[in-house]
Amino acid sequence: MKRFVATAVAAASLLAFGMSSAFAQDTVRIAMLVKNLGNGFFDSAFDGGQEAAAELGNIELIFTAPTAPTAEGQIEIISNLIAQGVDAIIISANDPTALIPVTKRAMARGIKVLSFDSGIAKEGRLMHLNPSNNELIGFKQIVMASDAAGGAGKIAILSATAQATNQNIWIEEMRKELAKPERASLDLVDVVYGDDQSDKSYQEALGLLARFPDLKVIIAPTTVGIAAAAQAVRDKGLVGKVFVTGLGLPSEMKGHVESGAVLSFAIWNPIDLGYTATYLAYQFVKGGATGAPGEKIKVGRMGVMTIDENGEAAMAEPFTFDASNVAKFAEIF
Amino acid sequence: MSTNASEGRAAVRDRAAESPWSLLRRWEAILLVFLGIVFVINSNATPYFLNIYNLADSTFNFSEKAIIALPMALVIIARDIDISVASIIALSSMLMGLAAEAGLGVPGLVVVGLATGATAGAFNGFLIAGLGLPAIVVTIGTFTLFRGIAFVALGDGAVTQYPAGLAYFGQGYIGGLIPFEFVLFLVLAVIFGVVLHMTVIGRRIYAIGNNPVAARFTGIRVDRYRFVLFCLTGLMSGLAAVLLTSRIGSTRPNIALGWELEIITMVVLGGVSILGGIGTILGVVIAVLLVGMVTFGFGLLNVPGIIMTVFIGSLLIVTISIPVVIQAVRVRAAARASSRR
Repeated sequence: MKRFVATAVAAASLLAFGMSSAFAQDTVRIAMLVKNLGNGFFDSAFDGGQEAAAELGNIELIFTAPTAPTAEGQIEIISNLIAQGVDAIIISANDPTALIPVTKRAMARGIKVLSFDSGIAKEGRLMHLNPSNNELIGFKQIVMASDAAGGAGKIAILSATAQATNQNIWIEEMRKELAKPERASLDLVDVVYGDDQSDKSYQEALGLLARFPDLKVIIAPTTVGIAAAAQAVRDKGLVGKVFVTGLGLPSEMKGHVESGAVLSFAIWNPIDLGYTATYLAYQFVKGGATGAPGEKIKVGRMGVMTIDENGEAAMAEPFTFDASNVAKFAEIF
Repeated sequence: MSTNASEGRAAVRDRAAESPWSLLRRWEAILLVFLGIVFVINSNATPYFLNIYNLADSTFNFSEKAIIALPMALVIIARDIDISVASIIALSSMLMGLAAEAGLGVPGLVVVGLATGATAGAFNGFLIAGLGLPAIVVTIGTFTLFRGIAFVALGDGAVTQYPAGLAYFGQGYIGGLIPFEFVLFLVLAVIFGVVLHMTVIGRRIYAIGNNPVAARFTGIRVDRYRFVLFCLTGLMSGLAAVLLTSRIGSTRPNIALGWELEIITMVVLGGVSILGGIGTILGVVIAVLLVGMVTFGFGLLNVPGIIMTVFIGSLLIVTISIPVVIQAVRVRAAARASSRR
């Protein structure tokens, strides 16, 4: 009798297991969780994700974000995604450490957790996809600022939130570049935070313009900040006197470049970033990728990503936009 | 003239309808119906909703807010308001973080969190009840002040090194299923309910909310009550800070950003009149579950957070207006009937 029960239980669980895995084979459910909604950069990343989903087939791509760019909001969403039993989550994190307990719980349930754009600390994800090389991103922005300022003068940084992982790393890289003797005549006077909200970023930019009348350049390493700062410079009639540079989207920056408030800015292609992240997530779910150091993962039209010793991979170099090419790319992203 | 007279009579009827029993029949009943509808809709919309583990885990997302909603209900019933609660969480969590870095153990950290909350609440209470400043102005001020201190202390940094034992409060389960946080909320809800509805203290809080001046003349030490209520709100915010810090194991100055509005929404949705004097703990508890289940259901359907906010706002307006509309219809019907007579 005991034996019969045991066999029945085993058979039932086998059946249940078989059914659940059969269900899982139908579609691969991948969630893209970004910092907050209403951010053109992430909208484009989602477009790229959809491109990868269409190419691979059989993927249901979920796009989601909290109302406010906080870790608690993302934690709530991740626990909802765990409840749904998605196959993979790709996250641009609002906090590198606070998400760890919940992403660990997700990974314990067999969900593949990857971070992209803004990373989660190593133990909380399988791999992190950097849009580019952090050092290069910091360096490029200082070069653009130096060109706009004519090599000397006061510069200020308008960032996203004070907690944003990626922006803080780039600001650190900018400080390193500024510490070099050949950059001695560039003077970083302040770093302010617009929380990636247009109105707050605009106010912070106005504050910088008021406090430092001889400011030459505002660097905004965020797409929301750079557009707000450029608008502030235009509204205050300071075009030609104060220049804005940083990381922006061509479609949002076209008008500002044409007005002269922005001479040049850089970005990597967010469509490519979303495409690569989604493709990678699929490779973790179906292609047997593990995120081990040295592993090479194929990602469709983007070639091959190599995982480094920190479980990270870099996608591509940032690309510079100016009056000569912004109009062309504005139609794309 | 006759309409005036009948409206006057109807207004008397109006007043009688505000007894606790009819309130239970109206507001809590409406909320329960809503809660039932939400359960039915969610269960049909997604296969993941009616799962006991998922439902239990979903309480993590609102338990800390719910714990603050309890004292907030008392404060609002007493005709005050506290906007600074989420900032108190930031301040408490920040000091817990500094204490953890200094090597304090788990009991010490809990004490720091609670004591900071209570002190911040006492500061609010002193300015409001002691100096007689308006609660909304004071707590808007401390809303900026408390979080401002956390920003000054932590800047763009964070505290992430907490002792492992702290994790239980925010991540632990009772009986392997129900989160400790949620059980704590239920226990506190019973205590708050008993105090508000079955003791002299509770009746005095209603009296203060209905008419502070009259309450003072009946011998109630109104300012002392108000002071204690703000201390209590601070203490519960400190408790929420302990739970939240334990749950996410990390403190940053933007922790719990925007929670004050969600908490006040839960309280008002629960039938507590923003003008004071009316409301029940049962209503607040049902409203907490309602908001929690709506948010969870939307989360499972991957509805963007911003749409959730819009929905909760609409729910708030609908719930508040239903009794008013019913009342207006009845008054008009009564007026028509009596004018015919």
